[in-house]
Amino acid sequence: MKLKLGLTVLAASLAVIGCGDKPADTKKTAEVKKDAPPPPPPSIEIKIAHVGPLTGGIAHLGKDNENGARLAIDEANAAKIKIDGKDAKFILVPEDDQADPKVGTTVAQKVVDAKVAGVVGHLNSGTSIPASDIYNKAGIPVISGSATNPKLTEQGFKVQFRVVARDDQQGPAVANYLASAAKPKLVAVIDDATAYGEGLANEVEKSLKGANIKVLPREKGTDKTTDWKAVLTKLKGRNPDAIFYGGMDATGGPMLKQARELGVKAVFSFGDGACTDEMAKLAGAAADGLLCSQAGLPPQAADKKFLEAYKKAFNVDPILYAPFTYDAANLLIEAMKKANSADPAKYLPELAKIEHSGASGKIAFDEKGDRKGAEITIFTMKGGKLEPTAIVKDGKSVSYAEFVGGGAPAAAPAKDEAKK
Amino acid sequence: MDIFVQQLINGLTLGAVYAVVALGYTMVYGIIQLINFAHGEVVMIGAMVAFTVINLLAAGGLPPLAVVLIGAACAIPVCMLVSYTVERLAYRPLRRAPRLAPLITAIGVSIILQHLAMLVWSRNVLAFPQIIPLKTFHFLGATVTGVQLTILGICAAIMCGLAALVYRTRLGRAMRATAQNPQVAGLMGVDINRVIASTFVIGAALAAVAGVMVGTYYGVAQYTMGSILGLKAFAAAVLGGIGNVPGAMVGGLLLGVVEALGAGYIGDITDLCRYGPLARAIGERCADGGHFVLFGSNYQDVFAFVVLILVLVFRPSGLLGERVGDRA
Repeated sequence: MKLKLGLTVLAASLAVIGCGDKPADTKKTAEVKKDAPPPPPPSIEIKIAHVGPLTGGIAHLGKDNENGARLAIDEANAAKIKIDGKDAKFILVPEDDQADPKVGTTVAQKVVDAKVAGVVGHLNSGTSIPASDIYNKAGIPVISGSATNPKLTEQGFKVQFRVVARDDQQGPAVANYLASAAKPKLVAVIDDATAYGEGLANEVEKSLKGANIKVLPREKGTDKTTDWKAVLTKLKGRNPDAIFYGGMDATGGPMLKQARELGVKAVFSFGDGACTDEMAKLAGAAADGLLCSQAGLPPQAADKKFLEAYKKAFNVDPILYAPFTYDAANLLIEAMKKANSADPAKYLPELAKIEHSGASGKIAFDEKGDRKGAEITIFTMKGGKLEPTAIVKDGKSVSYAEFVGGGAPAAAPAKDEAKK
Repeated sequence: MDIFVQQLINGLTLGAVYAVVALGYTMVYGIIQLINFAHGEVVMIGAMVAFTVINLLAAGGLPPLAVVLIGAACAIPVCMLVSYTVERLAYRPLRRAPRLAPLITAIGVSIILQHLAMLVWSRNVLAFPQIIPLKTFHFLGATVTGVQLTILGICAAIMCGLAALVYRTRLGRAMRATAQNPQVAGLMGVDINRVIASTFVIGAALAAVAGVMVGTYYGVAQYTMGSILGLKAFAAAVLGGIGNVPGAMVGGLLLGVVEALGAGYIGDITDLCRYGPLARAIGERCADGGHFVLFGSNYQDVFAFVVLILVLVFRPSGLLGERVGDRA
């Protein structure tokens, strides 16, 4: 009997541990709120939220993005910035949107209610677009370091910015490169039925058709599909020369591997969501020869100082868009410094006209909130490593070697600017 | 034709995995009428443990088959232990509680297992090292890989072995007795607790094997992989008649084939441009070899459940299920 009681207690405590995550979190924010208004504050606390998927299939990319923002905030705290004459203490509010649009809006509301000064995120276009409306109503500036769907900044929201290229820049870039490199006559296009995957696939299809290349009817999976055999078998019967997939690496890797197992010979091409070094692990030898694009400069071409600091802080290398979320957080902080205020209404105008030299190069925004002159990098997978082969900027393609010009990659953006 | 055969083979492989997982659901349900929603997570844990072991041994220069076998040999006892613990801690104390309580507990256990796995193996998609050389065979124009053949072979062996266990051994007889009436079986000297625990443990061993198969087949494993797999296998078990061992096998294979064929052909069938009058009505989009596809292959997951609903409408007890009324 005693044993039974003990076991029940153990089970109960297990259950408590299981859901102990959230309550602790809210308690923390509650404490922060309580601490916030002591009568004569010698310092001010500025909360910056990062929202991205921390659980689910692309949690590794979400964590990568969060790390970027966290590094920026830790550095800002170490630099002892003064805002409005007070010592600013920046606090990162990390939130998980599970890459799910529904959860995305709930979390956005939660972040707004927590009175954050600015938001870095979300990771996915599918979550960013519905959430942007909430941030816009609350007047809180939000910068995405990875959402590439054009619609995000086409809604006319003054608070919405992004530091990566748009899919209507990325799509044509990767499609044109595919057309010139592989010279396909028939291309199959697959997407994962998310705002990002479908949007990018549409752009690619448009460009391919524009180049007089035949495109098969669209095939679709979901953002959780790991079994692509049915789709690939069907495509094998049509014998396309190339296959483009709009989706993330967690689904793209198995797709590539299964295609080669089935004996599909087509050239594969992916967008930025599946353009990570993980690809070599997920697809193994099948990844060789993959063409893919990233909506910015490659992480290895980011600022050396950033790369070292990131490695030191998190003991891993950035995967994909960490340099961009790092820049996004820094942009918020920079704008607050310039406006000498953490009030969104006051620093938003500064953010709109900011000129910042970040880990991913020079950043300035156009009137829609998109990054001016954003680069797109085209990669080829060779021997398990993604090698940048070309940089597309303002619709013009330059080979990567030429772009870097033999110099240190970090100096590249500045050089490019000088050339102009 | 070769495409059809290929889809069929893909479907059978997938179905074989569903069948093995479905066996775990159906055995537990058959004995204590509990839908063990944590079963999918046990499959996941099996895949994860095998991943760890295979990754460790991959560089060791052992023959690939031996590495996978050692991986499976490590995954099986771990899964058995997990399942035994769960049964002992979470389900046994609730055996006399209303039916809803253990069901909710099962969902809770699955969430706990999933998050424990996340803490242990991280959130990343784990890629199995490609150690098994890709061997392909050609059969009626279709490509079959060695892994697929192995999966089909193992599944057939498991099904025969399980049937022998249930119908030919002492433990099997005790299990059937407990399923019929636990109180009476207890009075006849059957140690019910031991029988139920063994059922969980056997189911977990099968789950571990399924986990290793899924992992090596797709080459990836992640802590979230168990939920949808578990749900599909559960559908397979219900399809075949839950509580019925051969039913789970039939249901699993059928579900796999329906999914593969459905995903492979729905796009063509629902392409409205193929139908003359409709194509004229749509006009522009169909011109010049265009397409207007109503349902794409992303509806793959839906097929499983559409078939499930259809079968339940006409045969509420499932394809091979017999007893209704006192169950479900």
